[in-house]
Amino acid sequence: MIIPKLTDFSEASLDQYFGALHEEARQSIEDQGFDKESFRLDWLGRKQGKLKQISDALLKSAPPEAKRLIGQRFNALKEQIEIWLAVEHLLDGDSAKHLDVTLPGAGRRVGAEHPLVKTMAEIVGVFQRMGYSVGLGPEVETDFYNFEALNFPPNHPARDTQDTLVVAGQEGRPLRERLLMRTHTSPVQIRSMLEQAPPLRLVIPGKVHRNDAADATHSPVFHQVEGLCVDTNITFSDLKGTLDHAMKAFFGSAVKTRFFPSFFPFTEPSADVQISCIFCGGKGCRKCKQSGWIELLGCGMVDPAVFEAVNQRRLEMGREPVYDTRRISGFAFGMGVDRIAMMKYGISDIGLLYSGDMRFLEQFA
Amino acid sequence: MDILTKWLRSYLPGLDVDDRQMAEDLTLRGIAVEGEFEAACGGARFEMDITTNRVDAMNHYGVAREAAAIYDLALEPLTQGAGAPVMETKAGDGFPVRIEAEDLCGRFTARVIRGTTVGPGTGVIAEYFGALGQKPISAPVDVTNFGWMAMGQPTHVFDLDQIEGGIVVRRARAGERLRLLDGSEKTLVAEDLVVADEVKALGMAGVMGGWESRVTEATKNILVEAAWFDPAAIRASSRRHGLHTDASHRFERGADFNAAPVANHLVTRLVVEQCGGEVVGPLVDVVVAALAAKTADRAAIPLSVSEVQRHLGTTADGKGISEALVVRYLEALGCGLTRTGEGAYAVKLPSWRLDLEREIDLIEEVARVYGYNRFADTLPSFAGAVRELPHARQEAVIRETLRGVGFTEAVSSTFVSEQEAATFGGGGVALGNPLSAEAGMLRPSLAPGMATMLAHNLHRDVSTVRLFELGTVFTGSTAKVDERVGLSLGVTGGAVKTALHREEDALFYEAKGAVEALLERFEGEVSFDAAELPEWVAAGRGARVLLDGAAVGVFGELSGAELQARKLRQSCVIAAIDAQRLLRTALRQPVSRELSRFQAVERDFSFVFPDAVAWGAIEGVLRGWKLEELRRVTPVEIFRDAKGKAVAAGFYSLLLRVVFQSRERTLTEEEIAGWSEWIVGQLSALGGVQRA
Repeated sequence: MIIPKLTDFSEASLDQYFGALHEEARQSIEDQGFDKESFRLDWLGRKQGKLKQISDALLKSAPPEAKRLIGQRFNALKEQIEIWLAVEHLLDGDSAKHLDVTLPGAGRRVGAEHPLVKTMAEIVGVFQRMGYSVGLGPEVETDFYNFEALNFPPNHPARDTQDTLVVAGQEGRPLRERLLMRTHTSPVQIRSMLEQAPPLRLVIPGKVHRNDAADATHSPVFHQVEGLCVDTNITFSDLKGTLDHAMKAFFGSAVKTRFFPSFFPFTEPSADVQISCIFCGGKGCRKCKQSGWIELLGCGMVDPAVFEAVNQRRLEMGREPVYDTRRISGFAFGMGVDRIAMMKYGISDIGLLYSGDMRFLEQFA
Repeated sequence: MDILTKWLRSYLPGLDVDDRQMAEDLTLRGIAVEGEFEAACGGARFEMDITTNRVDAMNHYGVAREAAAIYDLALEPLTQGAGAPVMETKAGDGFPVRIEAEDLCGRFTARVIRGTTVGPGTGVIAEYFGALGQKPISAPVDVTNFGWMAMGQPTHVFDLDQIEGGIVVRRARAGERLRLLDGSEKTLVAEDLVVADEVKALGMAGVMGGWESRVTEATKNILVEAAWFDPAAIRASSRRHGLHTDASHRFERGADFNAAPVANHLVTRLVVEQCGGEVVGPLVDVVVAALAAKTADRAAIPLSVSEVQRHLGTTADGKGISEALVVRYLEALGCGLTRTGEGAYAVKLPSWRLDLEREIDLIEEVARVYGYNRFADTLPSFAGAVRELPHARQEAVIRETLRGVGFTEAVSSTFVSEQEAATFGGGGVALGNPLSAEAGMLRPSLAPGMATMLAHNLHRDVSTVRLFELGTVFTGSTAKVDERVGLSLGVTGGAVKTALHREEDALFYEAKGAVEALLERFEGEVSFDAAELPEWVAAGRGARVLLDGAAVGVFGELSGAELQARKLRQSCVIAAIDAQRLLRTALRQPVSRELSRFQAVERDFSFVFPDAVAWGAIEGVLRGWKLEELRRVTPVEIFRDAKGKAVAAGFYSLLLRVVFQSRERTLTEEEIAGWSEWIVGQLSALGGVQRA
């Protein structure tokens, strides 16, 4: 390249000179035979590049007062060439550079929520919006919290229904202190009432265990959400209204509830609650065994014996026995999260929930 | 338990509700009809599901009583069924009966029938048994089963000629042997209650009759027994000897104290009807007053209508539960009500309802018979604040961060094997009655469960897995169990090599990236070292995680031994983090800093280091410099040459990028050159050689 000797360092002359260089670079980019690497060497090469030559020839010979004007134009040209190099492949319409938009995208996908965790959070959320605080308790419990205070007397047949897994080496201890895997989340009711005076509104999610052989609908490990509402003048119709409202909030406003007498040692009256089948709307289908109803939860008015056990223990702890059964009443309810999740997502085998199987879990992403 | 509606209707002559309606009405009142089938004898056969507290309703008469209460009907008395023949009795002495164990046997009735001919059951018994699928044995035994299904009172028939002297109800002698009706031979303990004669035990009271005194085809003379036994004693014997029978089921839940003479009468009458013979002597009825007082003769309990209303609330029709309804329902269920004041009653409890003890039990009965679904849906008024759990936000952040870096949440079993507990937790807490040896311990760590889940996937040809689990872990001893929240991460397959990470190391660094992403959400300084790694981590392939200098977890590749034990051929990285610590740690609060207006200057340095020089050492030197203008230090590329040509074996080349920037001024070439020189000097001092 021959660098013309400049004699006129006026702005107009410099503009013309750099304008010509700019145009030259632009044309070579638009050339059919454009080659990125030779273009780069041609202009930016450290030894023979045009910009190097220009800077050598021009900046050295220019009078000091022109150096700033040259420098500005030189830098602008250099920047333009660098930009062209960077985005050159986006400037023309070469079809060889077209993307295959049907190829899958790169990068790891966001992980999936576990259906149990998600369902449990949704249920808890419904009750939080109804004014319930969240309560938690340990998974290893004493016989006192899991049974005795909940009105399961020692040797009572009702204990048989719970199939308890017990911690080893408890034989030498008093029954009420023996450790076991909690069979339900209800012990947290007792723990909460020992700590707090009424009014109380709690929603209690958690993992529970039973000595049940695993099959498609049973697992020794499963999850419950428990609820407790205690205050003056809490009635059975409040229990009905609360659960009816909660089921509508969770499953949709078209859902109906109905209540059946049932038996739990720690509630009286006790009830099982069915909801109208969420699959057929109550007309009867395979899912609801043609009945139009699905059994969903157990509930009842807190048995006065439970309040009395709480009062007794509060006295032992040096606290006021504030659960006066002549003034205070309450209701409690509990539901199996696994069953609800299985129903909601059409899961046929409870074991899948505890398998860590990616093929199963990724469906919930 | 099954109910024939034809049999049921024999006690309810006024009933004009069809079977289907009756099934629904009963079910809605807690006497659940689970299935409805056509019965061979006509009418329907109901398959019942009745809760254990309502043992009184697990028979035809009990269900009939419920129907009578629901429909406000009269109930036919049991002893005087339509067309029952008048029972003729021949004069004679009452059979000698002595109750020695007066704390365990409250009532014993006995009656003698002589001259019977034992054949198969006939008539209504055969008809109902056919419809129920009940196996006929012989007429006298069938009669006792009929009585059981009719009124829920177990009775027994003895071959009278096998009894020596009279009946004695006593505790067994320790070591006493007894052959039972099922042919099994039991060795009794002193706590077992037996029905005996003067010489030997005849049967295990309330559980099963004995072999020697059973009624056979040769039996000519029969003794009919109907009794009341203590629930706890029967339950203990039944469990001790592994014998769960219809009789033990009823006695251990509390039988009707007053049913014994009624049942004896019913069975005696039917035996004579079926087998001929004649009743000799009066019905012997020995009653222990102390036990009668605890059951049939319990004191009346007070009930106030206002308490009923306080507990039950509003009805859908707006009328509420009236005093008249309370009285009507309770009387229909067999309670005796005496008005003691304004809306107040003394309630005498029926002998068959031992589940009723308190006012609240009566309130439940009122609600039940009224019908739960006839109550209104109301909401309690609410005052007070909703409290969040103190660590709810931290828990949510753990989940959302790990999901964000591609980890799917898993939930695994709480239990692990003894071997796993030892390897991953240094021991643990054992269960007393585990489901299996593989699930005999409470998990001391989530790591073994994660290893199981990774193996589950790999064994099913799912080769890329990213899982995390957040759950309780258990430490301590069987005397005191400590619970903490644990976190595990599991990574296998699909890791991608980068400019810094070799293919074979990429899995570890992906896990490290996830751990960093997680911990960076919390306050505190995160660091890693290779100290105190457990044995399940392959040597040299794991790291300890520290938050503000305190260990919060470990992660690393599963050791070869662990992979082999699970038959795995693919590298797996597992992290075990103490999430409890994170839940108690404050979340990092974002703080905005003023951005510098001055240009940042980048400088790259290319060095070759011996493998022994870790990146942490290089970074440490530069960080230790405390140069305010040093904005960033980044390893851009690490290269090792397996062939040892471009970079000698035992060395690696590092491309290091350093960014300088001032908040106050434009940096000069001179100061950057000076800093660069300092860096080259320091890296050389570490053993690095600058590449040309």
